[in-house]
Amino acid sequence: MTWSATARGAHQPDNTAFTQQRLPAWQPLLSASIALPLFFCAGLAFIGLGLGLYYSSNGIKELEYDYTGDLGTSNCSVCAAAGQGRAPPPRCSCAWYFSLPELFQGPVYLYYELTNFYQNYRRYGVSRDDEQLSGLPSALRHPANECAPYQLSAAGLPIAPCGAIANSLFNDSFSLWHQRRAGGPYVEVPLDRTGIAWWTDYHVKFRNPPLVNGSLALAFQGTAPPPNWHRPVYELSTDPNNTGFINQDFVVWMRTAALPTFRKLYARIRQGNYSAGLPRGAYRVNITYNYPVRAFGGHKRIIFSSISWMGGKNPFLGIAYLVVGSLCILMGFVMLVVYIRYQDQNDEDEE
Amino acid sequence: MKYIKPLISEIPWNYNWNYSAMSLLDRQSEGRQSGEQERYLQANNREFNSLFGYPNNSIKTSKYNALNFLPMNLFEQFQRLANAYFLILLFLQLIPQISSLAWYTTVIPLMVVLSITAVKDGIDDMKRHKNDNQVNNRSVLVLMNGRIVTDKWMNIQVGDIIKLENNQLVTADILLLSSSEPYSLTYIETAELDGETNLKVKQAISVTSDMEDNLKLLSAFDGPDTKLMQNGGKSAFKRTQIDHLMNVLVLWIFLFLCGMCFILAIGHYIWENKKGYYFRDFLPWKEYVSSSVVSSVLIFWSYFIILNTMVPISLYVSVEIIRLGNSFYINWDRKMFYELKNTPAQARTTTLNEELGQVKYVFSDKTGTLTRNIMTFSKCSINGKFYGDVYDKNRQKVEISEKTEKVDFSYNRLADPKFSFYDKTLVEAVKKGDRWVHLFFVSLSLCHTVIPEEKVEGELVYQAQSPDEGALVTAARNFGFVFRSRTSETIMIVEMGETRIYKLLAILDFNNVRKRMSVIVRTPENRVMLFCKGADTILCQLLHPSCRSLRDVTMEHLDDFASDGLRTLMVAYRELDNAFFQDWSRKHSEAFLSLEDRENKISIVYEEIEKDLMLLGATAIEDKLQDGVPETIITLSQAKIKIWVLTGDKQETAVNIAYACNIFDDEMDGMFIVEGEDNETVWQELRSAREKMKPQSLLESDPIDDYLTAKPRIPFKIPEEVPSGNYGLVINGYSLAHALEGNLELELLQTACMCKGVICCRMTPLQKAQVVELVKRYKKVVTLAIGDGANDVSMIKAAHIGVGISGQEGMQAMLNSDFAFSQFCYLQRLLFVHGRWSYNRMCKFLSYFFYKNFAFTLVHFWYAFYSGFSAQTVYDTWFITFYNLVYTSLPVLGLSLFDQDVNETWSLRFPELYEPGQHNLYFNKKEFVKCLVHGIYSSLVLFFIPMGTIHNSVRTDGKEISDYQSFSTIVQTSLLCVVTMQIALETTYWTMISHIFTWGSLGFYFCILFFLYSDGLCLMFPNVFQLLGVARNTLDWPQMWLSVVLSMVLCMLPVIGYHFLKPLFWPVSVDKVIDRIHHCMSHPLPPRIRTRLKHAGSRRSAYAFSHKQGFGALITSGKTLKAKFPKKNSFPFKK
Repeated sequence: MTWSATARGAHQPDNTAFTQQRLPAWQPLLSASIALPLFFCAGLAFIGLGLGLYYSSNGIKELEYDYTGDLGTSNCSVCAAAGQGRAPPPRCSCAWYFSLPELFQGPVYLYYELTNFYQNYRRYGVSRDDEQLSGLPSALRHPANECAPYQLSAAGLPIAPCGAIANSLFNDSFSLWHQRRAGGPYVEVPLDRTGIAWWTDYHVKFRNPPLVNGSLALAFQGTAPPPNWHRPVYELSTDPNNTGFINQDFVVWMRTAALPTFRKLYARIRQGNYSAGLPRGAYRVNITYNYPVRAFGGHKRIIFSSISWMGGKNPFLGIAYLVVGSLCILMGFVMLVVYIRYQDQNDEDEE
Repeated sequence: MKYIKPLISEIPWNYNWNYSAMSLLDRQSEGRQSGEQERYLQANNREFNSLFGYPNNSIKTSKYNALNFLPMNLFEQFQRLANAYFLILLFLQLIPQISSLAWYTTVIPLMVVLSITAVKDGIDDMKRHKNDNQVNNRSVLVLMNGRIVTDKWMNIQVGDIIKLENNQLVTADILLLSSSEPYSLTYIETAELDGETNLKVKQAISVTSDMEDNLKLLSAFDGPDTKLMQNGGKSAFKRTQIDHLMNVLVLWIFLFLCGMCFILAIGHYIWENKKGYYFRDFLPWKEYVSSSVVSSVLIFWSYFIILNTMVPISLYVSVEIIRLGNSFYINWDRKMFYELKNTPAQARTTTLNEELGQVKYVFSDKTGTLTRNIMTFSKCSINGKFYGDVYDKNRQKVEISEKTEKVDFSYNRLADPKFSFYDKTLVEAVKKGDRWVHLFFVSLSLCHTVIPEEKVEGELVYQAQSPDEGALVTAARNFGFVFRSRTSETIMIVEMGETRIYKLLAILDFNNVRKRMSVIVRTPENRVMLFCKGADTILCQLLHPSCRSLRDVTMEHLDDFASDGLRTLMVAYRELDNAFFQDWSRKHSEAFLSLEDRENKISIVYEEIEKDLMLLGATAIEDKLQDGVPETIITLSQAKIKIWVLTGDKQETAVNIAYACNIFDDEMDGMFIVEGEDNETVWQELRSAREKMKPQSLLESDPIDDYLTAKPRIPFKIPEEVPSGNYGLVINGYSLAHALEGNLELELLQTACMCKGVICCRMTPLQKAQVVELVKRYKKVVTLAIGDGANDVSMIKAAHIGVGISGQEGMQAMLNSDFAFSQFCYLQRLLFVHGRWSYNRMCKFLSYFFYKNFAFTLVHFWYAFYSGFSAQTVYDTWFITFYNLVYTSLPVLGLSLFDQDVNETWSLRFPELYEPGQHNLYFNKKEFVKCLVHGIYSSLVLFFIPMGTIHNSVRTDGKEISDYQSFSTIVQTSLLCVVTMQIALETTYWTMISHIFTWGSLGFYFCILFFLYSDGLCLMFPNVFQLLGVARNTLDWPQMWLSVVLSMVLCMLPVIGYHFLKPLFWPVSVDKVIDRIHHCMSHPLPPRIRTRLKHAGSRRSAYAFSHKQGFGALITSGKTLKAKFPKKNSFPFKK
């Protein structure tokens, strides 16, 4: 390496802000005059927000009923006992009676809730074939390996929809009856079973395979329904827009929950007299009890809930905001005290 | 080193001899040379030589070619533990039973990491290919079939006879047959071999020397066998402390990871027993799972795969990138560019940067490092008269500077224009014809072993063995006593324009014991004169009693010289009686020819004639310090860096320089000199020094004794001890040899480390390395060695950081260094600016990097408790793939390339800021645990806040949003916001690039999110991209944002509080300095007062002369004198 051969200054590095590490920069400092007001302001803002969230969550009405039927708890215990240890469990119905002293402000949504049900278990969660569900004919015939052991039926036919999630589709059904006057007849309250799935799921993600001769049944010919199902997937509903893979109950079920306790929307009540909510009176929910959960200690609930500007009832955020806001202010005070004492000490030192 | 000893078996008549080349004992080549003791070759006989299968002369330093690059490079890369780990992980992922993550989550990052390294290796190798080609294709003249033909160096074979011309490069080990120069001499430069740029003289063996006019060489060792190739590239690979720490931490993480997997496997076992077993209606066990035990064993490995991101794959490659970037800053620094030599600073090793911010000990060479190794004749005393100081009209002494008027030497046409002198009285004295002044300069121009070179008439160049001699002869030349040429018997001097030829009768050469040299000449007037110059301590005793009063005056002047830090020599003469000389000459020849005890006899003979000398005067040569050396050393000491000077020079010189550059100062409480000649004395001296510095340190139970008695010896660290004052230690090379032995070395270290400055003189290169090793071994601190010469190479290689000064003594030090620049004072910039920043950046980087991976990975752990310990990931697989690689890599790179806590001015102004690095305060095991705790806390927040938010949540349209995919999206968005905020808090220096990197990465995340979750992509590959529409549905849900903000605030609150309270509760000294800086930033600075440091005091210095023997023997030998000598145009042959 000979430097001498070249002209003087030839190896001089470039004089740029970048190479000389002199890029213009903003150098913020975490001084007391910034940190302390920040803490107090953040604290106040959080408390304000927390109060709002808390009250709006509290304003939401919920009516829930555990119909699992553990011994003696409800009239569903008959069904529960009947289904004990039998697969598939026999068809059984039970009912839940309740009365509303005043209007249950609408719009009212009907949910079912399962507990201790690990939809988020990894092997369960991957046991599906999204290609099949997106209507790909090849995937319909050849379900993905992840679906095993619900990939092929005992007869060797491909299962559609394949996988453990589909196989375990929630199959209890509910109907709501209203008795306006005591002793009067029960009138069925119309439940809107459409529009319960995500728009993107229903319209984009889930697709039926192309119809064969205009028939969905023919499209599914040569496939078998999941072993737990009583009927093939194309008979889930009579509505052609709500059957097959785009059946909304099915779509809702296939969006697996993050936690072992989860709710899924069953129906919206928004038609006729009930658009403003459930008027006062006695009600009966007829429950078709099919779904076995007692074996693994699960519970089934049915919930009526109203909705506010911020969605359903969930007091968590409101409380969390209140707590964090208070923490901010508390820490702000601690820091203020320490800072003042330190300042005094510093002044003494300097004197 | 290899020597080739030709054994002549035939009369050298037709260039056809048999040679046996013997390789003598050489440690470095011993391993390779096992077996090969002799080499047989026949000059210019390729057929014969090819029988032995010697390699040809093409050089190959490159590792790869186009074909083997990929397999070889990959093989090398997978030898690294980290890469191998991820490869194993990849194989684990391919096992379907335990695969919990898609294969691409590991493959993509691994490929990126591997390809970055491969590209870097490839570029390096391309450079080597280019260099090889250049070297191999140089042309050379070779004798083939009786004709001289041009060929390439790569085609040269062992035994070829080649013809070299002046200034040609040589790329083989060769044997000199003859040369066109007198005595068959050649002058070679071995800069690329040992780094010395001064010309070395080589002489052909006498049998071949008179063969022919031109330079002829025999190729003896070729290509890969050459000395250079054999010795090169064997230096140990240096690793920094952070590297070692990182390895330990990665091991910790690995164990932590295994621990977590174990806990989760147990959790899984319990879960499967209590719940999974009963859930089999909906989710049957796999056929290969017979019990929950089997299942939990599988889950252990599944979690091992999921949690692997704890061991960060991109850590090592990021560290390399950061170091590379920070190395470039060093190369680019204009303030470390030396304009005069056109040399920028060079970071030759790009893996040590942060260690520059941790240096505690600096080992410095003296000559060429602290001093410029430029000797200038600055003052003299002639016959009791002082010359050299400049006075103004008011008789006030004037400080000599650039502006001071120089003495005009235009009357002398042979003067050296580079020489400058300021005192006009001396020239006047010369012009007046002062007899003593004339005699003084005549003696300077005669008494030396310099070889002149006169390429162009009137342009003299002196080749001197020591720069002192060169300076003296040059001074004499300028004052009009020009040493023009010499033969073995004559010296031609142009005295004030008149050419006079002195007959050279004898040279009584210099050696270390004599500390003087003399010449005996016959003047044109036929007088026999002896001129002598030497160290004052020696010469004083040889003077004739008659010049006692003159001696006293001269000694006073010498004191003055010494106090200015000048190197002094006394000059004397003696007129000899002809008969006496003849008598002596006979004795001299006898002694010279005697076979036994020759050295001793000669020195006795010398002493006989070197007595009753008449004092002429004294010279003072300035050993110029490099620019800014004293200031730099003061700054270094302020940062509590200890400076040890390790020099081959003599004690007096070294101590003097130590004072001159402020390693020692007059306020010191004492200075200890260790010069004992046996173990006992050295031990005594060291002990008494320690007793004086800190009496109680001897009384306390000595940790060293404990250490010595403890068996087996565990790695041991000598604690830092604070002495009662400032002391200095001077230790001699001879005593050091004892002190470095056995148990004394700890004694030495303990004593030396208590001193402010340590000077080790008369050191051999090996001792230099031993001292460095000693400190390295027992102090466990970062050492830096700085030097410029070949004798510093060993210490440069031994120290943690080796710095080479590319300066006077050639390239060897630089070629072996990790950092190179051309001025000692750049060291403070290297350490306090680049080093400190690099260290701070690296620490911030590591803290943040570990933190972000903990926060990222541990969320899985918490989720396990809610997902049946099923190895369910919290995040989307694509997020896992991109997290380290894309989303968080740029902000942290930006931080570690651009961050500055305080700018360079403050870094240099407050050296105290350097101290945290020395104690490794910013990243150590404690800090790592803090990162871990912080990461655990963040992961808790990041899991439970989103969990609370989505628990049974529904949107305003009543549709539930508590699904797994929405949860993933919320958690990963919160995570990215949190880590981005965290890095924003860490960043203290927000450049435009930092803004772009930090906020850009976050924005980029959302873009990728929408892209990956878009309808088109998900419908194209439904099984790969499963999260269709989740981004849309989740991100427009207000609670999600409330949750993100909540997580952010909860994660930031403690950090801000900690940052705020830490300096109040646990203040460290640096905090005060930083406070002061922040205070100063808002107020303008008072200008820094720079005073020129000058030391006063009276110390003697009696030395000069290099420790090498002169050319004397060569000059007087005259054995192979040629008829054509003297010759005007004698070109040196340069390698």
